[in-house]
Amino acid sequence: MEQDFVGMATEVSSYSNEAELELGLGLSLGGGLVKAKGSPWGEYGKIMTAKDFPSGFCGTKRAADYGGGGPPDVGYSAPPGVSQVVGWPPLRTYRMNSLANQAKVLNDEEEKRVGGNDECNGALKENMDNGSNKNDTTVKDNGQLGFVKVNIDGMPIGRKVDLNAHACYKTLARTLEEMFCRPSTTINSNCSGGQEKGKGTQPSKLLDGSSEFVLTYEDKEGDWMLVGDVPWGMFLSTVKRLRIMKTSEANGLAPSFRERNDRHKNKPI
Amino acid sequence: YLSNTSTLSTKMAKSFPEEVLEHVFSFITSDSDRNAVSLVCKSWYEIERWCRKRVFVGNCYAVSPRILTRRFPEVRSVEIKGKPHFADFNLVPEGWGGCVYPWISAMAGAYPWLEEIRLKRMVVSDEALELISTSFCNFKVLVLSSCEGFSTDGLASIAANCRELRVLDLRESEVDDLSGHWLSHFPDTWTSLVSLNIACLGSEVSFSALERLVARSPNLRTLRLNRAVSLEKLHNLLCRAPQLVEFGTGAYSSELRPDVFSNLAGAFSGCKQLKGLSGFWDVVPAYLPAIYLTCSGLTSLNLSYATIQSPDLVKLVSQCHNLQRLWVLDYIEDIGLDALAASCKHLQELRVFPSDPYVVDPNVSLTERGLVAVSEGCPKLQSVLYFCRQMSNAALVAIARNRPNLVCFRLCIIEPRAPDYLTLEPLDAGFGAIVEHCKELRRLSLSGLLTDRVFEYIGTRGRKLEMLSIAFAGESDLGLHHVLSGCESLRKLEIRDCPFGDKALLANAAKLETMRSLWMSSCSVSFGACKLLGQKLPRLNVEVIDERGSPDSRPESCPVEKLYIYRTVAGPRVDMPPFVWTIDEDAALRV
Repeated sequence: MEQDFVGMATEVSSYSNEAELELGLGLSLGGGLVKAKGSPWGEYGKIMTAKDFPSGFCGTKRAADYGGGGPPDVGYSAPPGVSQVVGWPPLRTYRMNSLANQAKVLNDEEEKRVGGNDECNGALKENMDNGSNKNDTTVKDNGQLGFVKVNIDGMPIGRKVDLNAHACYKTLARTLEEMFCRPSTTINSNCSGGQEKGKGTQPSKLLDGSSEFVLTYEDKEGDWMLVGDVPWGMFLSTVKRLRIMKTSEANGLAPSFRERNDRHKNKPI
Repeated sequence: YLSNTSTLSTKMAKSFPEEVLEHVFSFITSDSDRNAVSLVCKSWYEIERWCRKRVFVGNCYAVSPRILTRRFPEVRSVEIKGKPHFADFNLVPEGWGGCVYPWISAMAGAYPWLEEIRLKRMVVSDEALELISTSFCNFKVLVLSSCEGFSTDGLASIAANCRELRVLDLRESEVDDLSGHWLSHFPDTWTSLVSLNIACLGSEVSFSALERLVARSPNLRTLRLNRAVSLEKLHNLLCRAPQLVEFGTGAYSSELRPDVFSNLAGAFSGCKQLKGLSGFWDVVPAYLPAIYLTCSGLTSLNLSYATIQSPDLVKLVSQCHNLQRLWVLDYIEDIGLDALAASCKHLQELRVFPSDPYVVDPNVSLTERGLVAVSEGCPKLQSVLYFCRQMSNAALVAIARNRPNLVCFRLCIIEPRAPDYLTLEPLDAGFGAIVEHCKELRRLSLSGLLTDRVFEYIGTRGRKLEMLSIAFAGESDLGLHHVLSGCESLRKLEIRDCPFGDKALLANAAKLETMRSLWMSSCSVSFGACKLLGQKLPRLNVEVIDERGSPDSRPESCPVEKLYIYRTVAGPRVDMPPFVWTIDEDAALRV
């Protein structure tokens, strides 16, 4: 990524301070770029992640650091896979969903594939157990299960998220938070890039009720439900699309936040 | 040349009646020839435009429906493409555009005799489908390739109203699958079906409706079923359609039962005209021998969803001596590709897809060696799409030398910026060899570690290159400059995550008017440069796609997220969503 900054510096002279920008460890929440003083992006008065960087590099640039070609002075190790980069490898959604649906039944290396997070193991096993059944129902109900649409209140632009890249609610919620940025940041710092699976240790705000937004989904019957109430496998078989709703509008959709908070907090990190 | 022809033809035009010229023109079917004819002189332009029956619109925003219908009043067949290619990989935000309704609406009035509509990457609503079904009494062919925005309700309108329908092909479209009931809307009196492709649909259609449909369609040549059609029932369909040429199975799995197997094998062997097979989801290998008897006649085999291992693939493929096209997963491995090279001497197109694209470590033994083997063993190989995890310059040079007849070469090394795994050098030399030896190369996709040098090779030697895809490559603007200042035949250029900025683009601005389109995302092109381009070149639409809010809210030097530039005679489009901006001649930001 640094070489890209340098490239930009020659094009755009007002950004002469790029060389001073250093990448901190990890690109996940809070651990990202440390802004040098005198940076032109003075209006962002906090430590930003690469996502907040308004230069447009966002998530897609991180792939530049994967593999053999990355600049040596980047201070973190390459993540385990390429799944964080939007649209890479260049495969159509339809193909990826088809493969994923079959892989869940046949492939017992599923654990490795889905980020290897310990916190997901409980949900993962349940997913595998339900595997073949889920496969039948989901294929019949929605031939393209993997990618579902996501909208957030206040933004007309929807996104898509690949449910097959997750084995539990936690990683899904974190990915969505990254995708739409933290509600606490300024409104225009929306990200354009990847579906990053954050490796931070904070629980997802979308799930524990501490954010002003809450994650909901529309099921097969057209009802809007709060995400997290049913086992993951059942959720996958019934979800049609997602909506990140303002908490104030989500009344009556679910059991209390505190209950769900307890349920999700006991996963080892 | 043109002026001589013009003088001569003006004389000829005066001596030949229009009907004769029209008759002569009817033998000219290629679009570029037709376009050339129309430029000869005014009367040829007029005659040609009145008798053009088939039109191809490569970019739906390059021309407007009104311009089309005014110039060509007698069109019977239309093909339109919408979103840029990278939309296939989720790089184009939803709602960007490419809506077909305005086209259907215009054509409904202008072309009551329209017979064929082929759309690619367009947004097709149920309303559009309904309008199609009620506007064209002679409507015969509907092909929706990678389209979206419609549901099975729209399909029901087509089924219910299009009495002359011959082709319904939904290849890889994203359909809101409400139910399988739509198929039953085809009336019992309708017997003209030639081709049906519903492979992309998730829900189950009524099997008995399908059976009856197949039974009353003597002209049925192509039938591609969806995954929900079970294997045990397949023979019922095949027995009723022994004249099939192309067949796509549903899920290729079932409990192992001898009666199912023998029914299936018998049914397949009854289809003596079968040339192409596809489908093969969830394959149970024990059922593969059921198709062995068809193998020697097969020219096309799509096993790209078949999660079977190399030995089974080898058994299958080594019997397909007439195979011209193979799509397969990387489960085939190098060893399977060796077998392919040995058995399939007529192979023209090979696509190898990754079975597990998201892990860095290989899950199968598929390397550059497999591709080299096929390039050696298959003299007619001209089109390659290959996903792998390692590549070397030596291999690429070998491939280039083996196969100078390559026309399409798309290599995807899964890890971005992966170097030559043997020497750790960039792959410039390898790709350079490809463009040097393969003089007919029209399409190229790059991957791996690449410096600006590879673009110098491409710019100077890629003379016939029409489409170039670049990702995570290059070092500076020089790279882009090489491409834009060379590549005489370049029509489509798509770039993502490369350090290309303003200089090359502005220096080669005129080139953009000779191309269909340019896509750049996650590069370093500033908003200021976009404004400049939009101002200087009014025949281009310079679209800035940015989900961070108006580019005016950031410094002009700030790079844009995504950029889509295309030539147009229709002016700026009027259906832009909030995250797309164009710049008009006053450099005003138009939303």
